[in-house]
Amino acid sequence: MRRFALIAVPYLWLLALFLVPFLIVLKISLSDITLSIPPYSPKLDLSAGWAGFVEFIRALDFENYVFLTQDDLYWKAYLSSLWIAFVSTLITLAVGYPIAYGMARAAPEWRPTLLMLVILPFWTSFLIRVYAWMGILANEGLLNQTLLALGIIDSPLQILNTTAAVQIGIVYTYLPFMILPIYATLEKMDESLLEAAEDLGCSRLSAFWLVTFPLSRGGIIAGCFLVFIPAIGEFVIPSLLGGSDTLMIGKVLWEEFFSNRDWPVASAVAIILLAILIIPIVLFQRNEQKEREAGT
Amino acid sequence: MNQTVFAPWDDPDEKPLIQFRNVTKRFGDFTAIDDLTLDIYAQEFFALLGPSGCGKTTMMRMLAGFETPTEGNILLSGQDIAPIPPNKRAVNMMFQSYALFPHLSVRDNIAFGLRRESKDKAKIDERVEEMLRLTRLTKFAGRKPHQISGGQRQRVALARSLAKAPKLLLLDEPLGALDRKLREETQFELMDIQEKTGTTFVIVTHDQEEAMTVASRVAVMDEGKLIQVATPDVIYEAPNSVYVADFIGDVNIVEGRASQTGDKVDVAWAEGQPPIHATTQKRFDRDAQCYFAIRPEKVHISKERDDSRPNVLQGKVIDIAYLGNISTYHVRLADGTMMKAQSANTRRLANRGITWEDEVWLSFTDTAGVMLAR
Repeated sequence: MRRFALIAVPYLWLLALFLVPFLIVLKISLSDITLSIPPYSPKLDLSAGWAGFVEFIRALDFENYVFLTQDDLYWKAYLSSLWIAFVSTLITLAVGYPIAYGMARAAPEWRPTLLMLVILPFWTSFLIRVYAWMGILANEGLLNQTLLALGIIDSPLQILNTTAAVQIGIVYTYLPFMILPIYATLEKMDESLLEAAEDLGCSRLSAFWLVTFPLSRGGIIAGCFLVFIPAIGEFVIPSLLGGSDTLMIGKVLWEEFFSNRDWPVASAVAIILLAILIIPIVLFQRNEQKEREAGT
Repeated sequence: MNQTVFAPWDDPDEKPLIQFRNVTKRFGDFTAIDDLTLDIYAQEFFALLGPSGCGKTTMMRMLAGFETPTEGNILLSGQDIAPIPPNKRAVNMMFQSYALFPHLSVRDNIAFGLRRESKDKAKIDERVEEMLRLTRLTKFAGRKPHQISGGQRQRVALARSLAKAPKLLLLDEPLGALDRKLREETQFELMDIQEKTGTTFVIVTHDQEEAMTVASRVAVMDEGKLIQVATPDVIYEAPNSVYVADFIGDVNIVEGRASQTGDKVDVAWAEGQPPIHATTQKRFDRDAQCYFAIRPEKVHISKERDDSRPNVLQGKVIDIAYLGNISTYHVRLADGTMMKAQSANTRRLANRGITWEDEVWLSFTDTAGVMLAR
């Protein structure tokens, strides 16, 4: 009985904060838009009894999902989100791995400080940090001014309001999520493994590819998912840095919801986004479990 | 059959495989190895023995190439190895932690070194199978290191370091992680493999029993210097200093003043006690300070005075350490000196003659102990 009560706590938590909201969103996605508050119908009226419930179920349909397939804006937005998230993840990995490697190889007394520096940006509001990038990337911004002053370019580069700006924003924001898991795997690696590899005839570089890299695979996969999954649904970064050219599903969702006040279509977009995300989330969970098993 | 004794260190024509020539290694202010000269011969099983921090691991790491000497040089087959990086040396090392690659199977671990130097898959497979058979690991070839026991891991590490058939194999505290019984078995296995492959082994250990069991010669080290380099029996029976006598096994050490006639020495060591009669080849000045060292198993203990041996001392049993096969008696002599005597328990416990508080006689011959100057 006590064991049951203990297990019940996280399940109730999940039920209240995940499953119930999910069912509400799912239901709204199957409804029709109306001019009312809230702006959809049917609404569940329990006072009408069983007959009322049956009528409520009958009024639900997949119209909104069909609509999403008819307007190419939506699938283009999904694809473009996936692509931007994918490219950003690769760049984050390319930037984050050397940083994590350097941290793990640093003198032990330096590591806590370096770790602190990686986490430090979280102490400032995410929104403010993204705004700061507008100041850096704008045509009259810090970056262009510096490059002009140094004579490297003749006219300002158009970076802000492009996909590149979005990618810069994502890489910057999610870099710690890539560094930390990779650092964790590299840091616990026994250094005598590298000596053993060298002793058996490896050069430093081949020891890295044959030993260090495969052993940090778990951290790399974890880091990539931690960046890729939230980047797909990212809304703040594309709306601040991406301008009107960048198509990302998070922004489409926001516009459906707040500008068009079309809650049913916005809900359908959200449900499909969740369906897309489930695949990498399940893969991520699998990887975590495998890591744990290998670790014991 | 006329068997020749393996003792290349006694043969002046024999060329040593490894030569340390006045090697000094400093880490900042700390001198780990201090002007050390040593020859190790091919096919030896050479043990570096000493307390932790004596520099034995530094010597091994210099042989492997992970450290370079600050002064002096190290020759392998007559060639200075200082400029050769670890991955180009015909030396392999078995690490204390084993350092098995956790992401590779037992077979791939063993093949790792072979794949670095050759592309011939058939040849590699053949060599790996040979190593698996030698270390009795064939059944576990497909497993990952975390799926096998400590003893098996140790054998994988050995197989991996032997696979490339190195001229010299370095073993860094190879048996430290194993329990006693397994350690003893593995020691004999190591000796067996060393004999079969004919590889020169250099083993680092702080376990004197291990060094005595496996090694053809033992080097006892302290604070970056070699104290004595000799065969295990010489180290044990004829230590050259109190340090070595005390480090290896159990010993009684009596400090006194010498008076020598020919090879006979009398050691005056306490008021009211007869001098100890001993034999030595060394020269001691009259009344020079000297030490008499005797192993407990060479001290005979009995309840009656036994005058068949030239040295007889009376005392009282204070403590008995019962070890099963033998018992060690801690005896206090009349002047308060403690002396240990050991005897084999050839009878069952109930019939044992000597017990606590008994008055006993200790006796030993004049050749049972060793005279030491320092």
